[in-house]
Amino acid sequence: MMQQELERIRQEALERLKEAQVPEAVEKVRVEVLGKRGTLTDILKGMKDVAAEERPKVGQMVNDARTAIEEAIKVAQAKMEEKILTERLAREQIDVTLPGKTLPLGHLHPNTVALKELEDIFIGMGYEVMEGPEIEKDYYNFEALNIPADHPAKDEQDTFYINGDILLRTQTSSTQIHAMEAGRMPIRMIAPGRVYRSDAVDATHSPTFHQVEGLVVDEGITFADLKGTLEEFSKALFGEETRVRFRPHHFPFTEPSAEMDVSCFKCGGKGCGFCKGEGWIEILGCGMVHPHVLEMSGIDPKKYTGFAFGVGLERIALLKYGIDDMRLLYENDTRFLEQF
Amino acid sequence: MNTVLSWIKQYVPDLNCTDQEYNDRMTLSGTKVEKHTRLDKNLEKIVVGRILKIDKHPDADKLIVCRVQVVGEEKDLAVDKKDIIGLDETDGTVQIVTGATNVHEGDVIPVVLAGGHVAAGFDHKPNGEHVLQKPEEGFAIKAGKLRGLDSNGMLCSVEEMGASREQYPDAPEDGIYIIRPDKETGAFPAIGSDAVAYMGLRDTVFEYEITSNRVDCYSVLGIAREVAATFDLPFHAPDTSAFANGGAGDPAQQGEGKVEDYVSVEVKDEDLCSRYCARVCTDIHIEESPKWMRERLAAAGIRPINNLVDIINYVMLEYGQPMHAFDLDTVAGHKIIVRRAADGDKFVTLDGQEREMDGDVLMICDAEKEIGIAGIMGGENSMITDNVKTVLFEAATFHGANIRKSAKRIGLRTDASGLFEKGLDPANAEAAIDRACALMQELRCGKVVPGTIDVKVPLKEPVRIPFDAQEINTFLGTDYREEEMLSIFKKLELQFDEAKKEVIVPSFRQDLKAMCDLAEEVARFTGYDNIPTTLPKSSATIGGITKRMQVENVARDIARGYGFSEAMTYSFESPKTLDKLLIPEGAKEREVIRIANPLGEDFSVMRTTPLNGMLTSLSTNYNRRNKDARLFELAAVYLPKQLPLTELPEEKKCWTLGMYGEGDFFAMKGVVESFLNKCGVKGEINWQNDGDIPFCHPGRQARILMRTGKDSSTAIGLVGEVHPLILKNYEIGERAYVAVIDIDAIVPLVHFEPHYTGIARFPAMLRDIALLVPKSMTAGEIGKIIKKQGGRFLENFRLFDVYEGAQIEEGFKSLAYNLTFRNKERTLEEAEVNEAMDKVIDALEDKDVKLRGQ
Repeated sequence: MMQQELERIRQEALERLKEAQVPEAVEKVRVEVLGKRGTLTDILKGMKDVAAEERPKVGQMVNDARTAIEEAIKVAQAKMEEKILTERLAREQIDVTLPGKTLPLGHLHPNTVALKELEDIFIGMGYEVMEGPEIEKDYYNFEALNIPADHPAKDEQDTFYINGDILLRTQTSSTQIHAMEAGRMPIRMIAPGRVYRSDAVDATHSPTFHQVEGLVVDEGITFADLKGTLEEFSKALFGEETRVRFRPHHFPFTEPSAEMDVSCFKCGGKGCGFCKGEGWIEILGCGMVHPHVLEMSGIDPKKYTGFAFGVGLERIALLKYGIDDMRLLYENDTRFLEQF
Repeated sequence: MNTVLSWIKQYVPDLNCTDQEYNDRMTLSGTKVEKHTRLDKNLEKIVVGRILKIDKHPDADKLIVCRVQVVGEEKDLAVDKKDIIGLDETDGTVQIVTGATNVHEGDVIPVVLAGGHVAAGFDHKPNGEHVLQKPEEGFAIKAGKLRGLDSNGMLCSVEEMGASREQYPDAPEDGIYIIRPDKETGAFPAIGSDAVAYMGLRDTVFEYEITSNRVDCYSVLGIAREVAATFDLPFHAPDTSAFANGGAGDPAQQGEGKVEDYVSVEVKDEDLCSRYCARVCTDIHIEESPKWMRERLAAAGIRPINNLVDIINYVMLEYGQPMHAFDLDTVAGHKIIVRRAADGDKFVTLDGQEREMDGDVLMICDAEKEIGIAGIMGGENSMITDNVKTVLFEAATFHGANIRKSAKRIGLRTDASGLFEKGLDPANAEAAIDRACALMQELRCGKVVPGTIDVKVPLKEPVRIPFDAQEINTFLGTDYREEEMLSIFKKLELQFDEAKKEVIVPSFRQDLKAMCDLAEEVARFTGYDNIPTTLPKSSATIGGITKRMQVENVARDIARGYGFSEAMTYSFESPKTLDKLLIPEGAKEREVIRIANPLGEDFSVMRTTPLNGMLTSLSTNYNRRNKDARLFELAAVYLPKQLPLTELPEEKKCWTLGMYGEGDFFAMKGVVESFLNKCGVKGEINWQNDGDIPFCHPGRQARILMRTGKDSSTAIGLVGEVHPLILKNYEIGERAYVAVIDIDAIVPLVHFEPHYTGIARFPAMLRDIALLVPKSMTAGEIGKIIKKQGGRFLENFRLFDVYEGAQIEEGFKSLAYNLTFRNKERTLEEAEVNEAMDKVIDALEDKDVKLRGQ
């Protein structure tokens, strides 16, 4: 009798669970069958009326029924959850082509973008980055660089003077002298910074611009080292396929001196409008530090040699990023800056 | 420096290369070719023709019909007869219809045949104006009909042939170029021959960039010497040996007596004139100089004048030595005195201008008066006229720097002064004056008087440079043999003293002084390209940036994260910007460094505040209708330690931020806080409004102070809303905010190294309080009280709401705080927190702060 009842409860519960559509229905079965006043619980309560020798057997049956119903509830719940999830996922479909949400990031100045590239290349080669004063003594800007008082090069550079002795530096080369006077050997440094020349503002001139100076001084530094270093630099900056060309030139503070061209990075050197048909683009000036310059800065030219180079940062930025008017660099129109 | 290639070939006759080859090889050996232009560009099928007959055009008043003979003897013809369109074989003529008004029957002229090409053409405007058009591809000349009559070519002007009347002074203004017979032979060029060649246009002009150390290359001979060395060819300088040491060449063309009979020279200021050579020519015959000389001068951009003037200019180009010619009959006492001017001397130069001298200007004088400014320009009073009988030539060496200064002072820079100021070789003066005398005879311009007056300080001994091939190889990183190097030196006319192992430098190579200079010569002529490429083998170094640069990089990162883009502005500005920024008189920012020679008042002082650059940039954006501009700049301001400047000023690096559009004071403050946080700046920072920032809203400004001691603090920057008056000055139509951080003040406070402090394991207790605070009291003050009274378990506190309005008592505002208490060692007792809260509330109530809702 009890066994039949048990079987009926079990069958009915399984049936109901099978048909349940919503989680509430499953829960209802659980409460009505397994809950404190559930039908199965009631049967357990009736165990005291069962003969003692029967009890283990009946107990076993009740437990079996319970386990079976609990299993069925789990299955039903899992099925239910899966169904809910499927529905939710379907409901939550979005249009992935709508625009993304961004925080408006700011942009670096093209000069800085170019400078960071240069700095990274030279730091990788073991160069320290140094700075020197923009308002400078005549001595550091000219005399110590082999440009004495009456030298024509002094006129060429259209210097802004504060007074007879103090000026706005016309070249970052002045920082070379500070580095050499500090006297810690070997020297491998670059010095970026602002320089000044009294050029009126137009598309290709600005009275303020930026240079990056480089200096290496050590025992046994050769012109071949200068060439190799700047070739590596050019490949890193303009691409592995870049070729370089050194042309003799003159700077008072280096000897031999050279100007370096790189193969045109627009046409690869075939000649195009960008390189004015030359196939080459002038990038920087360089040379072996003049022994007299070393000597003036307290370095023994018999023991040490060195090379130096100077790059115009704006020139690199203009060339690399295709900017056609230098004035844009100092207007700070956000529509311009946001392109870098 | 411009020269035609044919002139170079006169001294390097074996030179045989294309223009491009010449361009490249010269550039790579150090004589950089800026550009080269073929003079016969776009000139095709242009021959010498003769007008046999001119008829009026039956249907056009302004046109004439010419029968032009363009075929002469077969051997002379530049264009094959069968290629001449419209040729009448019987008389070798073509018919050309033209509007030219200056031609006559019998005239010999350049003719472009149909199917040919000219470089330029005149556009005849209806108002009668003729505008020269010179398109890149020139103009094609086609056979056609003009008002019904065949026209098979065009008579040419010099302009149409790509030249100008500057080069051909004998060409008419706005007319056909009429070819004249040769002066000597009276013959015309052959009919049908190449008119382009006849006019000297089968040539290329090369324009060089000469570096300042190579004074010798500001001359055709100097460049030719480089050409010879570059191409390894023999070099032939003009032969002036018959005129050396006072020689006077052809006896039939010598003047009477000796030079000393004509003139004497005294140099009073030897420091400014190391050599003065004088020679005299008599029986001067002024006429046009020969065609070849005119053409060479013209191609170099010098207008031919007459034989005498042209010789001086020609020698200046050829030798790089300026000369001067005086009419000896105007030289009082036939005496030349070289001396400094007196301050305030007035002098009228050749160009008719009166100029004022000072005591540093060197003058050429005669026995009575000044007759020329040395090295710059001669005087009107001794000017050569067409009636000159006897000429005194001067070839001198003046002090370069002095000439440069003098030219600047009197505001007169000439071709001559441009050369002198480079510092010329005294040996060249004598060579040049002899060459001029040789040309005087060659051109039959005058008779040369024997003898040279040569007043000079002793010439310098030649420079000797010890030579060691190994040393040069070590310096260059090369492996050249000694003989290779010596052969290069030989090409450059450097001698070698075998015994002493010294290179002896000729006087014209003033740039060669030391081993490194010889190394450059070796490198140039073996080719920079042939030097190997290596990397320095020296000891490894660790690269990196300075701490200040690291701080700047943090500033850049933070700024970008908050949407600020990097600006760059000028370091110099107008002194008026200080007024624009309402900086009061006597403020430190008013102590500005002035540039002695600025580009203009607007760029005349070094900035002491970065605000003007920033506000100008914001204004630019605002006026271009850019929404929401956010900019930052990392740049220096320049603060003198004293004025006038005797030592270098402080260059203080500032991080300046500016914005308008979205955002407010607290948005700007938040950027600064993030920056300080990222830099690991520890310690107490006070945001203090003393109302002393003149360019900021008085109620919305703060100085940022870092507490350094009990009663001391250091200013690290400021933040504020821009004062409405200043917004108006900069034409910014909405609120704008700025912040300025002193990077140099931040650097010592920075801690980039992170330090871990352990995550609390015991729970925190949170308390919220809402306060009614008198309006005059700042959140900063409340914060200080909370911090001080909160006790050792107060971990942190946060202001989460500020409210002023309807429900709040007049004169008060509501501030709500969230306080977190925690003990790191154990769980806190409720009572401990209550005790701390009571202390906080008591202290606040002492300051008239009420708890809200009580």
